[in-house]
Amino acid sequence: MTFTLSGARVLDPASGRDEIVDVVVEDGVIAAIGETRGEVRDVSGYALMPGLIDMRVSTGEPGEEHRETIASAATAAAKGGVTTLVLGPQTLPVIDDQSLVEFVLRRGEACGVNVLTAGALTRGLKGRKMTEIGLMQEAGAVMFAAGSEAVADAGLMRRIMQYAAGFDALIASPPEEPGLAAVAHEGAFASRLGLHGEPGAMEAIAVARDVALAELSGARVLVDIVSAKEALNPIAEAKARGVAVSASTTINHLALNELDIGDYRTFAKLDPPLRAEDDRLALLAAVADGTIDVVVSDHTPQPSGRKRLPFAEAANGAVGVELMMSVATSLAADGHITLMDILAAMTVRPAELLGLDAGRIAVGAPADLAVVDLNAPWVCDSEGLTSLSKNTPFDGRRMTGRVVRTFVGGVAV
Amino acid sequence: MPATTFSVPTPDYPFTHRHCLSVLRFTRPDIDYLLALGAHFAEADTPEQTLAGATVVNLFFENSTRTEKSFELAAKRLGADVISMNVGTSSVKKGETLLDTAATLNAMAPDVLVVRHNASGAPALLSQKVTGSVINAGDGMHAHPTQALLDALTLRMKLGEIGGKRIAICGDIAHSRVARSNVELLTMLGAEVRLVGPPTLIPAGARDWGVEVFEDMETGLAGCDVVMMLRLQLERMGGAFVPSKREYFHFHGLDRRKLGFAKPGALVMHPGPMNRGVEISSDIADDPEVSLITAQVEMGVAMRMGLLHALYTGSAA
Repeated sequence: MTFTLSGARVLDPASGRDEIVDVVVEDGVIAAIGETRGEVRDVSGYALMPGLIDMRVSTGEPGEEHRETIASAATAAAKGGVTTLVLGPQTLPVIDDQSLVEFVLRRGEACGVNVLTAGALTRGLKGRKMTEIGLMQEAGAVMFAAGSEAVADAGLMRRIMQYAAGFDALIASPPEEPGLAAVAHEGAFASRLGLHGEPGAMEAIAVARDVALAELSGARVLVDIVSAKEALNPIAEAKARGVAVSASTTINHLALNELDIGDYRTFAKLDPPLRAEDDRLALLAAVADGTIDVVVSDHTPQPSGRKRLPFAEAANGAVGVELMMSVATSLAADGHITLMDILAAMTVRPAELLGLDAGRIAVGAPADLAVVDLNAPWVCDSEGLTSLSKNTPFDGRRMTGRVVRTFVGGVAV
Repeated sequence: MPATTFSVPTPDYPFTHRHCLSVLRFTRPDIDYLLALGAHFAEADTPEQTLAGATVVNLFFENSTRTEKSFELAAKRLGADVISMNVGTSSVKKGETLLDTAATLNAMAPDVLVVRHNASGAPALLSQKVTGSVINAGDGMHAHPTQALLDALTLRMKLGEIGGKRIAICGDIAHSRVARSNVELLTMLGAEVRLVGPPTLIPAGARDWGVEVFEDMETGLAGCDVVMMLRLQLERMGGAFVPSKREYFHFHGLDRRKLGFAKPGALVMHPGPMNRGVEISSDIADDPEVSLITAQVEMGVAMRMGLLHALYTGSAA
């Protein structure tokens, strides 16, 4: 089957292309750019961009399907222009062996979007025993993650990295130091609210360890969600030295700050916590200059019962796979970052880290595409979300830009 | 104010608040109104029964004999029916959430819910789910607005004017909701507020609260009219914040020598309960010439009467 998406402004961060040009899709791949063949579908007035690749998505499957299933997350992703998602291992049970990797990948088939998975770094994510990284990789795991808690034992982390380096596996480690972790960003605001604060310096400490271990072991390490400005220089310096380190942040941390927890708004309680405005601005600059490689949604569905609790007791996280495109286009529309810079961190850069040929509009690449109305104004209503859980800090926010259609392998989803 | 005056001050003041969650939700005129009410009830021998027929529920998730009884007495003196829920031992232990408890209580239609909880923000959460008034009787490390009000009332009765006075709040400020509420209220009333304590017990960012911060008593207490000591909250200290009670008392406990750094005739306050020999010596605590500690307890009942009256008769009730 051949068709042409005609008249759209094509935005491709991989090539830097930003022009109105027709794109031909044939048998699920991009067959030509600048030609018009087959059925012509008029998408003029819209932007055509690579579908987003979201490297950090949690569901409740297996174990807590009332929060979110893989299928419901995939439907939400398709609605949000996300064509590839990487599931995190923090389910019940934890995705820590090949049969569980196979299970979630099988459940992700025929869900419309590409469903990939991370395997756990340690058994049960308990931070004590290494998992079968090689077997899980053979079964299809694209990366290996520690979930929300860093592997505290530096000796174990070193051996995991050494071992994983033999498989060229990507290791995701959250920049967390248990003795300093807390529920809010440390500062005058959290102090006034009477909430325990986590200093931004915590991330610098954890990054320093993981960078040193990456250098020692030769492993590829992803600093899994940077939120503090203090973490950025150590990452940039390590990259300049040639260490195989990369970093991610979340769309939430680019759009919100500590004040959004306002009067104990637990829907804005995230891990890591929302930080100060100067952290947010530093993160935006780091995405633009490439210090931060990847922007994720950190999609974390939580039923309202786990959120409607006193702040310190409430669950962390927000759903996001459906909203991250609109939050990104809103940030661009408001002049906080260029569209191309933020798109790069959600398309080609995650594709490169994961070794995927998606994430670009190039001849031969899979036709994973998002058609976006960049100027559409709308107001986010959490009840209108597709996810089974509705926990979003963006409820009631004005957005600019909305996904009109999503294609995965040339098929509208 | 003579004890024979039974008329409540400024009865036409438009008090529009339904809840008392933190000091910062009130304006300066609100505070002046509340303090005037507190002063009135402190003097009134037979207070008006303005809460006759009202139901006040004490919901204390943290044990506190003095605050609970102070509220109970205040409500009873105004003619209210008072119920104390012993939630520490009831359904909460069976896994009922805070909002379940709120819904259950709300069905009993209390007019005022007095809440103490160990989690910051818990009364604010409750206030979204109940139809009556919520009074925060202390939440985690966040706020204790009635303590700040009664401290201000005590000082106003003793000193007349609070504006321009130099007041040092000393000790475990990091874990203290009393300190936070007092900083908010005393700065609103125009006092020059100082925080004095070891760096581990000064909250992050406290220098942005409009106060001066000192790490030693000698410079911190210099020229102070009032020295407010705080309880060292050993139960909230998950980690080590100070090496020992002995060392803490040596450097930060208030004794005769350290009180000498303050202005001659300086007054001493403590929200209680005291750790004698840890943050304050018995010698100071029991000296009626300098200690306002007993007056604070006395003013506590009057101030809470004033607040209950304001909330129950106000336009939002």
